[in-house]
Amino acid sequence: MSHDGQYMNPDFLDFEQPIAELEAKIEELRYLTDDSDININEEVGKLQAKCKTLTESIFSKLTPWQTAQLARHPRRPYTLDYIEHIFTDFQELHGDRSYGDDPAIVGGLARFNGQPVMVIGQQKGRDTKEKIRRNFGMPRPEGYRKAKRLMEMAERFQIPILTFIDTPGAYPGIGAEERGQSEAIARNLFVMSELKTPIICTVIGEGGSGGALAIGVGDRTMMLEYSTYSVISPEGCASILWKSAEKASDAAEALGITSERLKELGLIDEIIPEPLGGAHRDFDSTCKNIRDALSSALDRLQSSSIDKLLDQRYHRLMSYGNFKEGQ
Amino acid sequence: MSWFEKLMPSKIRTDATGKRAVPEGVWIKCDSCNAVLYRSELERNLEVCPKCSHHMRIGGRRRLETFLDEEPRIEIAAEVEPVDALKFKDSKKYKDRLVASQKSTGEQDALIVMRGQVKGLPLVAAAFDFRFMGGSMGSVVGERFIRAVNTCLQDGIPLVCFSASGGARMQEALFSLMQMSKTSAALAKLSRRGIPFISVMTDPTMGGVSASLAMLGDINVAEPKALIGFAGPRVIEQTVRETLPEGFQRSEFLLDHGAVDMIVDRREMRDKLANVLTMMQRKAAP
Repeated sequence: MSHDGQYMNPDFLDFEQPIAELEAKIEELRYLTDDSDININEEVGKLQAKCKTLTESIFSKLTPWQTAQLARHPRRPYTLDYIEHIFTDFQELHGDRSYGDDPAIVGGLARFNGQPVMVIGQQKGRDTKEKIRRNFGMPRPEGYRKAKRLMEMAERFQIPILTFIDTPGAYPGIGAEERGQSEAIARNLFVMSELKTPIICTVIGEGGSGGALAIGVGDRTMMLEYSTYSVISPEGCASILWKSAEKASDAAEALGITSERLKELGLIDEIIPEPLGGAHRDFDSTCKNIRDALSSALDRLQSSSIDKLLDQRYHRLMSYGNFKEGQ
Repeated sequence: MSWFEKLMPSKIRTDATGKRAVPEGVWIKCDSCNAVLYRSELERNLEVCPKCSHHMRIGGRRRLETFLDEEPRIEIAAEVEPVDALKFKDSKKYKDRLVASQKSTGEQDALIVMRGQVKGLPLVAAAFDFRFMGGSMGSVVGERFIRAVNTCLQDGIPLVCFSASGGARMQEALFSLMQMSKTSAALAKLSRRGIPFISVMTDPTMGGVSASLAMLGDINVAEPKALIGFAGPRVIEQTVRETLPEGFQRSEFLLDHGAVDMIVDRREMRDKLANVLTMMQRKAAP
C-alpha cells in the first residue's frame, strides 16, 4: 500500500502516517546506535520529542470522522483484552439456552478488585479467521439473549453488571431477522431498565446504534475518549441523507458522535481519558484509567439503595430528549 | 408498446410510460392489484382495497379516528412539539424538513395520541404517521409515547400503539437512539403494573421503533403483508449478498417465525382488540 509513494504502515491510520514515518526513522537510528561508535542518542532524543509534539498536535484537533476511524483502529484493544487485564478469575459463560452461543458477545463472572461482577461485551476479532468467527462484533439475537440471561442471573445473585460496548451494530442478516433481532434488542432495553443491580456501561470502541444500546442501558454511561456512540454509522447516515457514503465525514460532524460532544449534550456521564495516540499506544495506562473510572462509579452506585438507584435510572431514561411545550 | 397500441394513429395514442393519470380526488388506484377504486368507497373500507384486501398506508390521525369510538376522544401530549436542538443539517436543514412535514401532514410530529374508547372500553391509543419524516422516532415521538403510558398508569387503562416507522430519526442523532430505551423503560413499568399493551405493527415498522416499543406488546399484532423488521431489506441484501426470499420480513413471515401473535385485518381491528383487551382485564365481553 502506498502513501505519497512511500510504504504505509497498516498499524497507523491515514492521518497518523507522519507519526509512523517519524517512529520508523527513530527505530532505524536506534538500530544504528547498536553497532556503530557514533553516539546518536541525542539525535534520537530530539526525534522522540518531535514525534511527541507531532502526535500531540495531530490528536489535539481530531475531526469526528478521524475519531470514528480511531474507534475502529485495527490495533485498538477489544473487550477480552480489557477483561483479561482489569479483572481476575474471569469465567466465560456461554449460550442463550434456546438457540446457540453468539461469539460476537462475550460474558461471564469475574472479580473486579476482588468483588464478583458480571462482565458482558461485544467482541471483535483480531485476525481474519477470528474476525469472521466474531462476526466483526455484530451480534445476532442469541447474543443479546445470552446477555439478557447473564444480566438476569446477576440480578438474582445481587452482582453488579459491567458492560463493554464495541460494535458496528446488530447484525443485519437473514437468520438474525428470522430469530427476532428487533425483539431481542427491545427486550434487553425493557429488562435492563428494571434490573435490581447496579449497571455500568462503557463504550470502548464503536457504539453502533441499537446493537450497542441493547447492552447499554444502566446507571452510568462512560466512554473512552476516542470511542464513538451514534444512532447510525457516519457512512450509513451519509448514504441515506447525503445519498453518498463519501460524505461520511460530514455526517460524523453532524451526528456529534464523539465523547466530548455527547458529554456536552448530557447523554453520557463520563469520559475516560486515553493516552496520547489512543488506547492501543499505551494499553496499561488505558486499563488503569478504565479501572479507576469503574471503581469510583461502582463505589458510588453501591452506596445508594437499590430502590433509589432504580428511581434515578428511570428518571434519567425519561429525561432524554429535546422538545418544546407549545399550547 | 403492444401491437394494439401500434395500430393506433399517433394522435390518439396515450402515453403509457408516464404515470397513469387518475383524476385527483375521485378515483384511487390500488398499489397492489391496480384496480381503480372509488375514493369514498375506499374510505368507507378503511383504506383497504375492496378487490384484493391490500392494506394501504393510513395517516396517524385517521387511524385513531377509525379505531376509536366517536365519543369521547381527547388528544394527549399535542403540546409536545419538536425543536432542532442540534442545528442538524444534511443536504437540507432539519428545521426545514420539519416545517415541510408539518405543512404536508398538518401534524406537529410523527406520533398522535388520544384517550378514548373502543366499543365502550376506555384506553389510550397512539398512532405513528409515516408521512411525517417516515414516521421516524425522535424526542417528540418518545415524549408523547411516555405521556400516553403515564395516562395509562394514572388511570389504569390499556395502551394500544399502531406503529408505522422507518426507525430512529437520524436528524436527532443520539437523542433519537435514547428514545428506544426511554419508551421501553416506560413499557416495563406499565407491564409491572399489569396494564395491557397491544402493539399493532403496520406497514412499515422497522429499525429503532421495531427494536423497542413495537416488539414489546403483551400481544403483538400485525396488519396483513406489512414490512416489519430490524434492518431494511436493502441493507440485508448488501450485507449477505443473497436475494431475499419471497415474503421476507412480511407479517406472515413474522407469524411463521413466532414474532407476532396474530395478523388482523384492519376492518376487524376494533372487534378483535376490544375482545382480547376485555379478557386481559377480566371484564365482560364488549
